[in-house]
Amino acid sequence: MKLENKEFGFERFADEMAKLKKEQHFDYLVTIVGEDFGAEEGLGCIYIFENTQTHERCSVKQMAKQVGDDYVIPTVCKLWADADLLEREVYDFYGIKFLGHPDMRRLYLRNDFKGYPLRKDYDMDPAKNMYTTEDDIEVDTTTEWNLTADGKLVATAHKLFTDDEFVVNVGPQHPSTHGVLRLQTVLDGEKVKRIYPHLGYIHRGIEKMCESYTYPQTLALTDRMNYLSAMMHRHALVGVIEEAMGIELSERILYIRTIMDELQRIDNHLLYTSCCAQDLGALTGMLYGMRDREHVLNVMEETTGGRLIQNYYRIGGLQADIDPNFVANTKALCKYLRPMIQEYLDVFGDNVITHQRFEGIGAMNQEDCINYAVTGPAGRASGWRNDVRKYHPYAMYNKVDFEEIVLTNGDSMDRYYCHIKEMYQSLNIIEQLIDNIPEGDFYIKQKPIIKVPEGQWYFSVEGASGEFGAYLDSRGDKSAYRLKFRPMGLTLVGAMDKMLQGQKIADLVTTGAALDFVIPDIDR
Amino acid sequence: MFDFSIVTRWFDELLRGTLGLGDFGAILIECVIVGLAIIIGYAVLAIILIFMERKVCAYFQCRIGPVRVGWWGTLQVFADVLKMLIKEIFVVDKADKLLYYLAPFLVITASIGTFSFLPWNKGAAVLDFNVGIFLVTAISSIGVLGVFIAGWASNNKYSVLSAMRAAVQMISYELSLGICLISAVILTNTMQISGIVEAQTGPWQWLIFQGHIPATLGFLVFCIAGNAEANRGPFDLAEAESELTAGYHTEYSGMGFGFYYLAEYLNLFVISGLATTIFLGGWAPINIGIEGFDALMNYIPGIVWFLGKTFVVVFLLMWIRWTFPRLRVDQILKLEWKYLMPLSLVILVLMTVCVAFGWTFTIA
Repeated sequence: MKLENKEFGFERFADEMAKLKKEQHFDYLVTIVGEDFGAEEGLGCIYIFENTQTHERCSVKQMAKQVGDDYVIPTVCKLWADADLLEREVYDFYGIKFLGHPDMRRLYLRNDFKGYPLRKDYDMDPAKNMYTTEDDIEVDTTTEWNLTADGKLVATAHKLFTDDEFVVNVGPQHPSTHGVLRLQTVLDGEKVKRIYPHLGYIHRGIEKMCESYTYPQTLALTDRMNYLSAMMHRHALVGVIEEAMGIELSERILYIRTIMDELQRIDNHLLYTSCCAQDLGALTGMLYGMRDREHVLNVMEETTGGRLIQNYYRIGGLQADIDPNFVANTKALCKYLRPMIQEYLDVFGDNVITHQRFEGIGAMNQEDCINYAVTGPAGRASGWRNDVRKYHPYAMYNKVDFEEIVLTNGDSMDRYYCHIKEMYQSLNIIEQLIDNIPEGDFYIKQKPIIKVPEGQWYFSVEGASGEFGAYLDSRGDKSAYRLKFRPMGLTLVGAMDKMLQGQKIADLVTTGAALDFVIPDIDR
Repeated sequence: MFDFSIVTRWFDELLRGTLGLGDFGAILIECVIVGLAIIIGYAVLAIILIFMERKVCAYFQCRIGPVRVGWWGTLQVFADVLKMLIKEIFVVDKADKLLYYLAPFLVITASIGTFSFLPWNKGAAVLDFNVGIFLVTAISSIGVLGVFIAGWASNNKYSVLSAMRAAVQMISYELSLGICLISAVILTNTMQISGIVEAQTGPWQWLIFQGHIPATLGFLVFCIAGNAEANRGPFDLAEAESELTAGYHTEYSGMGFGFYYLAEYLNLFVISGLATTIFLGGWAPINIGIEGFDALMNYIPGIVWFLGKTFVVVFLLMWIRWTFPRLRVDQILKLEWKYLMPLSLVILVLMTVCVAFGWTFTIA
């Protein structure tokens, strides 16, 4: 969608935001985009909201107020809980201090990093931030910033943990974090008291890189975020560029993209069910899923040439037409997979121990899920209808018949079942489309140098584990002025603290497995 | 049935009579030979078990397991052992050195100690006291100490958590394990292991038949508790790799780790061996009261019976391990204290009643 930003001004901002949530029911904060609007305008943020009843979206633009050398904006983390990490991200990259935010630490970069790298005037000279082999500075206090009545910025220090607390680092190297995520966990015996996520161990600065790449070049980076949703990530990026440029796609492209997205979803969900089994110590259950994932990858590989990194969509269509065997292979795959899904339940999902380990673990009700922006199957397990494919349809999703899986308990067990049931729905979607792929172009020819007209767009797709969005601010150039991705996993990790307080350390592993986050997607 | 004591008596006679050695010399030589035999048997069995586990789990998981080293992968385990032997043993900084080095030996001692009690054949029980059962449980408890010390000495938070879990779990499950053994003692009226096996010779005399309902229940409880005692899935939460990396042996390398690895597999064998000895007749062949059949069965050597039955139990336990997900620590304790422990007490009472009223299954 093309963004039409509301602007409230600094003084009214906090009140208007509260009104937006309480009166207009915009209770789902999709993302906060920090942006350097240039020398005249300065730094600011764009907030994108959704009304979870009508699924209407709106955006708010708020410029930061300059106080001395600092830029400040009042926090909204008391209104929308997912703003906690999102505001920290903006602080990390732009140095905007959010007034009243209780935990203004860097999120991705090292504590000893100098400067704010996504500001347009940031000096990229490597000498300014020398590569160091020293350990990062470990802080155990954090700062809250507030403005006094006479306009001065004051800091209040908060302690992260007391001296006698038992702190265990789960990660960054840990078998169950599925990547380099570090969860600093305060334990009371086996009980979890508090979790502080530390991100950025695989931060590659993809958003910063996108600002200097031409549009076709940026595509290569999306596959390297959540590699299990590679197709969907690419879909979001080409989607936002195509929408901005007003490209009309042929039916064939839309059909193939939808089928590929769903194949990718099945691939992800198979890996998800496998990892759930593995994290619970049921290695056999894991390998059943891996065995069948191989077949899915084979089908995709014949067309795309990739198994993990797909490189298939491009601006205006697809990289190549589908393989001559694709239709037959996909149909065979669908036929093969249906009975297999029951097998995962037989060997793992319906096991009594699995139920014991999953039921009531990491539970979160619908209200909190919306508040913490736990999208995707994890949120739908609590009853929140948030499927982007249904409510903001793209490609062929408004023409195919599929059910949005919504469950009620919101615990790990329902999250697991939600994934299992979604696999059947994906198979349904594929089967509806696979026989009717229309003839036509698989690529709409574009100019050699792609330029996007001026404006701001946001386009989101249903990734395998949540909403994945791409925000594009174009100034009519051949590269983006600001490209921001809404990762699926960031808000999931942000919600883990709330989900796990008072539960066992073993439940941390269970909840993490059932949430389904992939670290390169969180870190970007 | 071949009685192995013929061989041992002959050897003893050879040393004392023919070579004219005194008590000290003869017993010394015998002890050394028996000790070597135990350690070799221990190592050989460990290799077989590790290979078996890799193949069994591979086939459970639709894989084929190791096939590259040697025919059908048979040399894979030897290669692994060799690798482990030549790996550097390093000590973690600020670890408690003495305890750190001591712990693997405690574990392996307990494992070999219990291993020595197994009755391999008629007349081939190495340690055979009149309080055999009692001593087995006593020695196996040393293993907990080894695990706990390892976790404590490693100076690693994961290891400490794991050690606490392991200690809590192993000590708890020892109770039902012990009570199941006692119910067998009630039935056979002896604590001596050779005596217990001896009581199971004859038609339908395996304890699981003799003691019918309570003995069958006892066997099941023993297998569950034994599985937990051996720290294997679904009770392997002490080394739950997805939570605590490798648990109490995270900080061990080379043979330090090798000892834990060995002990884990041999504990599996010991538990299965004990279950066989106590409930499935040890080396006693299956006799059904028909003379021809019984004679044929008796013709098969006892060691074949013992190993055969033990490996069936081992396979069962592997099956369980590679099927079930892991339990959580509170669920493990709940299982023991709320279900297994009361159940084993009921079995004990039931068994006593059965024995007292002569309701056991015996063909005179």
